[in-house]
Amino acid sequence: MAKGIRDKVVILGAGCSKFGERWDAEPADLMAEAFEECLADAGIEKNQIQAAWQSTGIDAFSVGPGAMPLSIALRLPYIPVTRLENYCASGTEAFRAATYAVASGACDIALAMGFEKLKDTGYGGLPQRSRGVTNDMYYPNLSAPGMFAQLASGYRAKYKTDKLDLKRAMAHVSVKSHANGAKNSKAHLQRAITEEQAMNAPMIAEPIGLFDCCGVSDGAACAIVTTPEIARSLGKRDLVSVKALQLCASNGEEGGFGNWDGSYVATTRIAAKRAYEEAGIKDPRREISMTEVHDCFSITELVTMEDLFLSPDGGAVKDVLDGVFDADGAVPCQIDGGLKCFGHPIGASGLRMLYEMYLQLTGRAGPRQLANPKIGLTHNLGGFPHQNVVSVAIVGRYDA
Amino acid sequence: MIGITAYGAYLPRARLQKQVIADANAWFDSGLRGLAKGEKAMCNWDEDTITMATEAFSDAMGRAPGQKLAAVILASTSLPFADRQNSVVLAEAMNLDTTNLRTMDVTCSQRASTSALLSALDVAAAGRGDAVVVASEHRLSKCASREEMLYGDGAAAIAVGRDNLLAELVDSISQPVDFVDHYRAEGRDYDVGWEERWVRDEGYLKIVPRAVTALLERTGVAAADIAHFVMPTDQGTVPGTLVKQLGMPGTAATDNLLQTVGSTGTAHPLLLLAHRLEQAKPGDLLLVVGFGQGCDALLFRATARVATWKPARGVSGALAAGVAETNYNKFQSFNNLIEKELGKRSELDKNAFLSAMYRNRALANSFIGGKCTSCQTVQIPKAHYCVNPECGAYDTQEPYPLSGQQGKVATWTADRLTFDFNPPAYFGLVVFDCGGRLMMDMTEVDPATFDTGATVSVHFRIKQIDSQRGFRKYFWKAVPVR
Repeated sequence: MAKGIRDKVVILGAGCSKFGERWDAEPADLMAEAFEECLADAGIEKNQIQAAWQSTGIDAFSVGPGAMPLSIALRLPYIPVTRLENYCASGTEAFRAATYAVASGACDIALAMGFEKLKDTGYGGLPQRSRGVTNDMYYPNLSAPGMFAQLASGYRAKYKTDKLDLKRAMAHVSVKSHANGAKNSKAHLQRAITEEQAMNAPMIAEPIGLFDCCGVSDGAACAIVTTPEIARSLGKRDLVSVKALQLCASNGEEGGFGNWDGSYVATTRIAAKRAYEEAGIKDPRREISMTEVHDCFSITELVTMEDLFLSPDGGAVKDVLDGVFDADGAVPCQIDGGLKCFGHPIGASGLRMLYEMYLQLTGRAGPRQLANPKIGLTHNLGGFPHQNVVSVAIVGRYDA
Repeated sequence: MIGITAYGAYLPRARLQKQVIADANAWFDSGLRGLAKGEKAMCNWDEDTITMATEAFSDAMGRAPGQKLAAVILASTSLPFADRQNSVVLAEAMNLDTTNLRTMDVTCSQRASTSALLSALDVAAAGRGDAVVVASEHRLSKCASREEMLYGDGAAAIAVGRDNLLAELVDSISQPVDFVDHYRAEGRDYDVGWEERWVRDEGYLKIVPRAVTALLERTGVAAADIAHFVMPTDQGTVPGTLVKQLGMPGTAATDNLLQTVGSTGTAHPLLLLAHRLEQAKPGDLLLVVGFGQGCDALLFRATARVATWKPARGVSGALAAGVAETNYNKFQSFNNLIEKELGKRSELDKNAFLSAMYRNRALANSFIGGKCTSCQTVQIPKAHYCVNPECGAYDTQEPYPLSGQQGKVATWTADRLTFDFNPPAYFGLVVFDCGGRLMMDMTEVDPATFDTGATVSVHFRIKQIDSQRGFRKYFWKAVPVR
């Protein structure tokens, strides 16, 4: 029986570039910016890194395929470097690879670097791209907000939620993230907004309006991982360890069979259950101090609260409106602004979330520091609500 | 005896109000105001000659897979492909039995449909089996032209055979004459016509009577006994004038649908015939004319069955299903008549990848999924492993056509970000009543009434247009059942 990853690996250092419309920056600039912070934090030399993983979601629009972009940008010393792509879970996948490498004993210190350069397309939103030769024949003519808007229609139908009530809860999700983002100097969007602004914004994909969508950003984030023993030997205190790392990929069942009704994301529920088991969490709403979830769109965050068992089924609208996930709520969500305001450079996002958890758990989150957090959860959802890959990571104080 | 065994029609749902064309262009040609009566059927951006043909065929023949026919002939002067047999696309979309099926595209004249119908009747007469002619037309016209006021889009299907006749063929005649009332040269998009008065006096009023009189003489039928005179023309007064000149009863002149549909080119003779068959009584004589570089004339006599057999919707149903469109710019955009900014999202390469298209043609052309012989689960696309997690059996799926099935909308959105010629793009999860579910495009959605739970049927439509290579891809889209 597998014992899981709990407490076998710790974060030695983490770094994150400023996210946003980085017209000034090449991918190499973004990587260097994140890496310098990370390396200084880790307190090691570059040549102590024994393996590295690079996550990028959309290679054609940034650096092309392969792992050389990372290896060259950082002048890594001829070590194994691998590119990982798994939709929006890519960043967490790079972290998972580095963590597993350390846990296996194959290497002592490993780097996970995620980045994306999205703002060279000439238009807003994610780059329009092929889904594959055969898929393009029958997949609907979709955009990302269009696919995630399916959740709103499914949720509304299942719980008989009033259209306006759901829209208001979605608006609250965004208002909360903007308020959090306003306290984050690295965030793409740092301006607070009102519920009225969110509700009256131009429609993108019914019922998702402009303020229901996350930022499309350039950025890089990274983490260096090692074992608790090595971290201690390097003089580290207040260690942040990996408690759980789970991934779940759809097999076509939700969209092709059975009763999936569009009101939830099946893979999140499966990954969350496994992660809670791996981390030894029995009552997530009580035990989890904070979350960074994949709020690509406000409705995604809303249903994710149920999928992570932080809200009861059908209860997220009330919990959201009651402020349960606000910065001063019971389980703060997107304390750094989330994808919504920190931004969403696809390959970097999972690592950006872990960066925030790491800052919070080590008490270094500045004006947005939460009081005494012990356990943080990050969640990525790549693809579509009916067909996707979901990662759930739980990190926490090594002594917790 | 041979004759007509079924008929059907299709008109695009949108009906462009002719007044808006005139309003936009009368500053330039005030004469257009005189033609600004009524409306014309107008293809959605995702409709063309082939997609309309599939609808007309279905209206006449239903959607049952595996129908055995001797021939399918597609008549049109606006075929999407000059070298890719369009009727084969039609045959695969209709899931016909293709083990021995003659397919053919007939084109290059407004008379193509009646000539195709004569060929189909020959197939039936030879005892080879039933044949279906589908005539479909999506003609382009220049901005501010007379043609723009007169042309409409539409399709009709006529099935012929030996058994279960709705109307038997009495006789026919064909008289070719190189009379060029209009033409469209190779490589050109638009028709070039001649003065209407000359077309009327030297064309319709001389060429048609010559053929009709010869046919009546040959059959011994008196003109006065003709109940229905199907005389397609874009000149409103011509049928009445001819009826009088030939000595037919005044009631024989058919409504040419010029103010409701527009002239649908080579589809028009069959569209008018289908319309008239809906109204015909047993024993009625129907005289059908095809005009273009001469004249085809076909004489039918309705049987008792004509009173009871009905198409799924027919011309009357299609006429009633229209929705007024008052946006002239939409018409111009859909027909690519103006150089429009489509946005950078439209610039994605839409290469068709023909080898992959061929491998997947059961799905793309025919909307065939799979049914697991082990657990009976219907699924689309068909796959090696059954999607039912309780089953998961390997290679147990038999082809299962879903093209005739209805389903319910489980999730949906109206997407304004993705590129679409007619935004917003509707799509969502359709759960089929027979089992199986698919996230798919939707079209012809009414925003005010559409929501989860809506019943939809699936229809063969244009999916993407590769303007770089002049190709268009088709797939099936969900349309709300009204």
